[in-house]
Amino acid sequence: MAALFYIFGALAILAALSVVLQRTPVYSALSLIVVLCSLAVVYLLLGAEFLAVIQVIVYAGAIMVLFVLVIMLLNAHREEPTDRSRVARILGAPLLAVFLGEVLYAVWQHFPPEQTPAAPAVNAGPRAIGELLFRNYVLPFEVTSILILVAVLGAVVLAKKQL
Amino acid sequence: MAMPSSESYSILLILAKIAVVLLVLMTTVAYAVWLERKVVARIQSRWGPYLVGPHGLLQPLADGLKIFFKEDFVPSEVDRVVFWLAPFLAFSLALLSIAVIPFGESITIAGKTIRFQITDLNVGLLFVIAVTSLGVYGVALAGWSSNSKYPLLGGLRSSAQMISYELSLGLGLMGVVMITGSLSLREIVEGQHSLWNVFKQPVGFLIYFTAAVAETNRVPFDLPEGESELVGGFHTEYSSFKFAMFFMAEYANIVTVSCLATLLFFGGWLGPVFGPPVLRSLLPVVWFCLKVFCFLFVYIWIRGTLPRFRYDQLMAFGWKFLLPVGLLNVVATSLVLALSSS
Amino acid sequence: MVPLAHILALSVILFGLGVAGFIVRRNIITIFMCIELMLNAVNLAFIGFSRYLGNLDGQVFVFFVIVVAAAEAAVGLAIIIAVQRNRESLSIDDLDSMKL
Repeated sequence: MAALFYIFGALAILAALSVVLQRTPVYSALSLIVVLCSLAVVYLLLGAEFLAVIQVIVYAGAIMVLFVLVIMLLNAHREEPTDRSRVARILGAPLLAVFLGEVLYAVWQHFPPEQTPAAPAVNAGPRAIGELLFRNYVLPFEVTSILILVAVLGAVVLAKKQL
Repeated sequence: MAMPSSESYSILLILAKIAVVLLVLMTTVAYAVWLERKVVARIQSRWGPYLVGPHGLLQPLADGLKIFFKEDFVPSEVDRVVFWLAPFLAFSLALLSIAVIPFGESITIAGKTIRFQITDLNVGLLFVIAVTSLGVYGVALAGWSSNSKYPLLGGLRSSAQMISYELSLGLGLMGVVMITGSLSLREIVEGQHSLWNVFKQPVGFLIYFTAAVAETNRVPFDLPEGESELVGGFHTEYSSFKFAMFFMAEYANIVTVSCLATLLFFGGWLGPVFGPPVLRSLLPVVWFCLKVFCFLFVYIWIRGTLPRFRYDQLMAFGWKFLLPVGLLNVVATSLVLALSSS
Repeated sequence: MVPLAHILALSVILFGLGVAGFIVRRNIITIFMCIELMLNAVNLAFIGFSRYLGNLDGQVFVFFVIVVAAAEAAVGLAIIIAVQRNRESLSIDDLDSMKL
């Protein structure tokens, strides 16, 4: 069981590297879909079954479809390497490694792996999440519905041929 | 001989179930093609396949051999990675959703009870919807990677159609989920012992079936791949084995959707059972297969009878009619449930 | 079970890769995809904590993050389409008219 977490975690990291390093936008989008699906499997392993399926349906199955269709319609070509900043090219990767190392060190200090408490068994099915959503979090729920409505209106207005 | 440990036994059992189900599914897909050619031919007052084997029953075999020997050419300017990826993606996703479909109750062999289902997720219905929404990629990527205008147009139209009708598909299912109170496919069937869901949710069934026909790109919603409109739509530039994969993926999707309609609205494997225990275990599977066969027949019947929607009519129908009716169905169902429980 | 530190480590690595991509890449759509990568890293952290506290609030928050990401993706891609229509270019090197 834990081995599956490491396998899919490694897959997610490789795919994320592919998202960042690929020159063609379509390949980046496909790699991002792989990241999303491997993270969905990781959520499943961590007991969040409803969210795992929602991640695949909404994120990988709708949002990324939007990305892929826009990339196709705008005919996004291979990206040419830019030569805007030499400092960034020399210092970029080492700085990133230092930043990541620091944060990982802080995380490791704060949550030592040896002292992890046993995870309490919680039923994370749709019913449990639905009860939380409609009892404690009903106001954010309604506000996000209005947010989606505003987003739909905004997208239609912005992408029209003539305003 | 030492008995295998319980964990390796269950893994072996699952692998065996997968092998059996895939074999049956592939045979069903092959003979669905034969059935379609025969039924459409009869609707059009002709015979259909007749020469290869009795009544053309070996025609799928002949078609399979032909596919293997056909020349597989790849146009020069295609995006090779995605061109190869798209049919495999479409085919594997089409086979994936069969994993949560239950075919019957269970059978007891040598003291071990084996369920007629590869795995029973408690979010099984959402899993099928998730696989359906990933299925858009096979079409969109095939259309784009072919680097040609007919496939691109067909692919874009087809993916827009699929994502539009996905919403209505989900809404048609919502009523059933509300009545049953569970997303597990087995529990939905168990809830239909008294009355099949099609009588409790007639509008939901019609919405689901219409959206399912649109999702699988079948007539009357098959403009994106109609031969007289867009040459071949998204699979124009594909030949031989990759085209066969798209073809099989389409029919596997039809079988999956029919299985789902049977489970959700027509009582799944419920039907009269009698006789010794072995017969009692196998008869539900027979009923299930008969009901799925009826749905396949209706699919093919619709194909032979109805003309094609124009693309703007198709999209208008999906967004302006089916979606509001689906929403009204959900509201009405929840009203009835709330009033009858208080 | 998987220690919390490992889950957070995966989340940090994905987030770092997202930040790196956001800063380095020139194509707007790829930058947008790196933003989505960062959001997903955060979602993973939420779910990790939700598991180890035995509390479902983390998962509800992830639900909201996914919804907001959807709304943001819709509007962002519409903006990108409008920009492409006006500037004929998808590279942020060409979108510098507000630079000093």
